[in-house]
Amino acid sequence: MIAVESLAKSFGSIRAVDGISFTVGKGEILGFLGPNGAGKSTTMKMITTFLPPTSGTAKVADFDIWENPLEVRARIGYLPESAPSYKDMNVYDFLMFTAEVRGYDGEERKNRVMRMLETCNLKEVAWQLIDTLSKGYRQRVGFAQALLHDPEYLVLDEPTDGLDPNQKQEVRALIRRMGREKCIILSTHILEEVEAVCSRAIIIGNGRIVADGTPEALRSRSVLHGAVTLELTGEGIKDALADLQKIEGVARVEELKNDDLPAKTAVAEGEDAAGSAKNGKSSLRVRLFPKKGVAIAHEAAKFVHERKWEVDAFTLEKGDLNEVFYNLTKGGEKA
Amino acid sequence: MRNLKAVLKRELRGYFESPVAYVFIIIFLLATAGCTFFISRFFDARVASLDPFFVWHPWLYLFLVPAVGMRLWSEERKSGTIELLFTLPITLIEAIAGKFLAAWAFIGIALVLTFPMVLTVGYLGSPDYGIILTSYLGSFLLAGAYLAVTCLFSAMSKNQVISFVLSVVACFAMVMLGVGVFTDFLNGFLPVRISEAISAFSFFTHFQSFQRGLLDSRAIIYFVSMIGFMLTANAIVLEMKKAE
Ligand SMILES: Nc1ncnc2c1ncn2[C@@H]1O[C@H](COP(=O)(O)OP(=O)(O)O)[C@@H](O)[C@H]1O
Ligand SMILES: [Mg+2]
Repeated sequence: MIAVESLAKSFGSIRAVDGISFTVGKGEILGFLGPNGAGKSTTMKMITTFLPPTSGTAKVADFDIWENPLEVRARIGYLPESAPSYKDMNVYDFLMFTAEVRGYDGEERKNRVMRMLETCNLKEVAWQLIDTLSKGYRQRVGFAQALLHDPEYLVLDEPTDGLDPNQKQEVRALIRRMGREKCIILSTHILEEVEAVCSRAIIIGNGRIVADGTPEALRSRSVLHGAVTLELTGEGIKDALADLQKIEGVARVEELKNDDLPAKTAVAEGEDAAGSAKNGKSSLRVRLFPKKGVAIAHEAAKFVHERKWEVDAFTLEKGDLNEVFYNLTKGGEKA
Repeated sequence: MRNLKAVLKRELRGYFESPVAYVFIIIFLLATAGCTFFISRFFDARVASLDPFFVWHPWLYLFLVPAVGMRLWSEERKSGTIELLFTLPITLIEAIAGKFLAAWAFIGIALVLTFPMVLTVGYLGSPDYGIILTSYLGSFLLAGAYLAVTCLFSAMSKNQVISFVLSVVACFAMVMLGVGVFTDFLNGFLPVRISEAISAFSFFTHFQSFQRGLLDSRAIIYFVSMIGFMLTANAIVLEMKKAE
């Protein structure tokens, strides 16, 4: 278990991390989410004993970062942001070095390195200087280094940063696989990543925790959560807007003017106004917002069916993590 | 201890895997030979002694040792690998000692490669091999002191060139404290006791005692504690600066 207790770090007058507490257990993949400058990396640097906190502490497997930093380091696999590695070494030598420092020697050391080259698909570049590798390969070298001693705890700072979409998928799959028997903290500012891999997410803004929960729970904080988006076609559909208000449990109906933007920020009135004409019929895109805690999908479907409108699309919104993220962290952006 | 060895091996290999090492050794050998033969006029002196060889070491090291040591921490901080190094189960002491010893060993190797000098002087006459031995020891310790200063300044800046310049200036100051002209200058306005105390801190005066064939324990202790002091300062600076 990693237990973080009121961790804080100041750089001069900058309060980079401002009293963060949480615990992560085995089998959990904790996503550390926040805008740039929120304090994600600084927190990770303190947990991995690189930086001493200004106040507070953290325990990894019951070893305190102040009292037993070496024990903590021995148990953590850490991938620092942008995966630094000794560029004047080749991949094999670099991993042999970390293996040596991790306490392996002889055959065991070689075997571990070979296994890592395999796991991280590095075999074909094993003898290449790290300097000459592409960003994707360097990231894999960083992974190999972090996983070499099969640590119980993994701290990954933006593990998919700079990777192409395929590589991102690979890395996410790898993390998910490892997450079953390890305790993982990863930071990211990519929201889809949190949904794809994390069992839990902590959003930090301005050095503080502003939300903590499963990705689903966080998403349900979205005003969109539980809303129903409809695309209707029919005659006299213009009048439907008022009609839809009558559905039980609906708090508010909003007409959607532009495909790309969420309702609240929809652009200039008049543009793409009020549905387009299609075969003499007109169409309408609306979003029904439920009253708090009410499920409206069923009622809405029934209602639309009764009115005999053609339904081009019917979507039950799960909520938008982007919106939650934005609302929780806006104003928290630092210069 | 095992980790010290790992760091040391990594650094030492780093030297020999880059052409810089060979360039350095060649320059070192050419410079020592050049100064000995052409400036000191070794052959004209007709004395079977390596004095004209060792007398140049404090001045050659002034540039060559900072060149060897400047990257030790600057590079580590610049490329961010310091974060890797200090999140591996390595202690600060192991890392600092490992790096220092690697660079020192490298300079030692360059120094050993000057053995043709000994052969030459042995062929031409019958030198006092005791003096040659203590002079080599003194030279090696002197290089260690320069290197420790360089390690300290290397930790101060991410920029190798700045580290180099600061190291050269600092080493120059440490040498000059004991050089005649400077002590004379100090004597001009300071009591002799104080200017002597100042020059007692110089690399130069302690190096000279080895050249006289003395195995002066005070000089050995001086260099060893100077190295220890600089490396301790190195550790403190690293702790302060590693976050940046
Ligand atoms: N070494 C440092 N010196 C001064 N300020 C720093 C240092 N490291 C980080 N900061 C500041 O601390 C804040 C948090 O940074 P960081 O933890 O890197 O954020 P994140 O990883 O979430 O993008 C930022 O405002 C950053 O400018
Ligand atoms: Mg960061």
